[in-house]
Amino acid sequence: MTLLDFARGPALQWSLIILVFGVMWRIIGALLIMAKKDLSKPRRKTMLRDGLKTIATRSLPEHQFEKRIRFQHLSGYAWHIALFISVLFFAPHIMFFESVLGFGWPHLPNPVILGTAAVSLAILLALLIRRASHPVQRLISNVDDYISILVVIVPLITGILAFAHVGARYETLLAIHLLSVEALFVWFPFGKLMHTALTFPSRFDAGASFGRKGVKA
Amino acid sequence: MHKDQTLGEYLHAHGVSRRGFLKFCSATASLMALPPSAIAQVAEALAAARRPSVIWLSFQECTGCTESLTRSHAPTVESLIFDAISLDYHHTLQAAAGEGAEAARMAAMEENEGSYLLVVDGSIPLANPGYSTIAGISNLDMLKETAANAAAVIAVGTCAAFGGLPHANPNPTGAVSVSDIITDKPIINVSGCPPIPVVITGVLAHFLTFGTIPELDELGRPAAFFGQNIHDRCYRRPFYERGKFAHTFDDEGARKGWCLYELGCKGPTTYNACATLKWNEGTSYPIGSGHGCLGCSEPDFWDHGSFYTPIAAGLWGSREALIGAAAAGAAIGVGSALAARARKKKTQANEEATSS
Repeated sequence: MTLLDFARGPALQWSLIILVFGVMWRIIGALLIMAKKDLSKPRRKTMLRDGLKTIATRSLPEHQFEKRIRFQHLSGYAWHIALFISVLFFAPHIMFFESVLGFGWPHLPNPVILGTAAVSLAILLALLIRRASHPVQRLISNVDDYISILVVIVPLITGILAFAHVGARYETLLAIHLLSVEALFVWFPFGKLMHTALTFPSRFDAGASFGRKGVKA
Repeated sequence: MHKDQTLGEYLHAHGVSRRGFLKFCSATASLMALPPSAIAQVAEALAAARRPSVIWLSFQECTGCTESLTRSHAPTVESLIFDAISLDYHHTLQAAAGEGAEAARMAAMEENEGSYLLVVDGSIPLANPGYSTIAGISNLDMLKETAANAAAVIAVGTCAAFGGLPHANPNPTGAVSVSDIITDKPIINVSGCPPIPVVITGVLAHFLTFGTIPELDELGRPAAFFGQNIHDRCYRRPFYERGKFAHTFDDEGARKGWCLYELGCKGPTTYNACATLKWNEGTSYPIGSGHGCLGCSEPDFWDHGSFYTPIAAGLWGSREALIGAAAAGAAIGVGSALAARARKKKTQANEEATSS
């Protein structure tokens, strides 16, 4: 079995099994813990609206901190959006998703994807350097943060190298790229990358809880 | 061609001009990635070469390799060079049969001990010697016997080079390649299903010129022909770069000649000279005819999944396993949530008991 066959076959199968298992575990567990018995009468009956409103307000920078966190805020959005475009709209990625999900969707031209991947990688590296050098950020960062960043950076680098056929044979680059993505799959449910699935539900839950208690937030 | 006649004399007698011969030598030197200064050496060595004895053994194969080499196109300098070798034994092409044929093989081995070339096409079955025999001799015995005094072995076609189709999972005959058996002779793998004829002539020309085998890649193939992947030399590559793919074999993309990556083309992982040398006198090759590369010059190309599955797609087992993983994850999630609630309840009860 070649390295590429391993990456496309058993490694992919097991990494997906771990991903699905872990994500279901975390989401179901979190949803059930979030469901609490009401001990008092709800102050308002618009908890859905409050939940959605909190998702929106928490997605914008706090007014009083706006100037101080502008770079981090905008760069965070920029690299996330660029990453999602690169992941979801690159033709070979869609072929991969189609093989797993059974359906595909239209892709963007390769130069666009190359651009978004480069932007995403550059910002992520800048944020990583900032995290490692900024005293406060360094203090609040733990191993989970660095591993989570690493498992995102490595697929970006290997993906760009595979696209450009630079550094090794294409099959080797593609296999390394797939293996790096599979490492991300394995880490995803157990580290901070799980925020991808839990950010909006947790914001909604916080908003709905505030609404029920009559807290304006 | 008489044994004492040189190749140069033979070609001249058959109407090949000096200019045509030098043109071939230049092309051959270029194909083998030799410097221009080597052209004269190639021409001199080829012109003076006496025809070498070649024994061609066919084992578990489909005769496609021989068909490719002998029926590729009208006679050319390459085919005249084939005529100029002393093909002393070849199942498909020889007139002799039965004991006479085997006697020819034995005589060639005896007369040219240590200097003949052995060409093999087809894989060798090890599961049972009776799966493939010639004159009652198993392929394994015949290969060992014939290779013992050969100068070098050329494994022609993917079956001889890597086991090929007979080696495909579950490999019922226990098929192996030549290099799995012969370990003490120089072996040149000219893989492909079938291989490109000019690669054979190039290897022969190199052997005639230098008396050595050409530089090989890590799979034992002539690096000059197998050094680059088809994707890098494909005329459809610009469409790959621009993200323009044919989605089916008859859609607009296919008609416009866009990249066949999505239709399973294995060009990016296949190392061969198809895209540059092409077939049928340089007319075309599979991708040029609208079909993706099958990757036929690579080991185990039958076992890399469907020919029509993109390289980027997974070769994974089943969605049922994922459904099972989801169900197991959900069950663990419910269990851990219940356990957390129970711990919380117990903690609260302890706190209430302590405070009261």
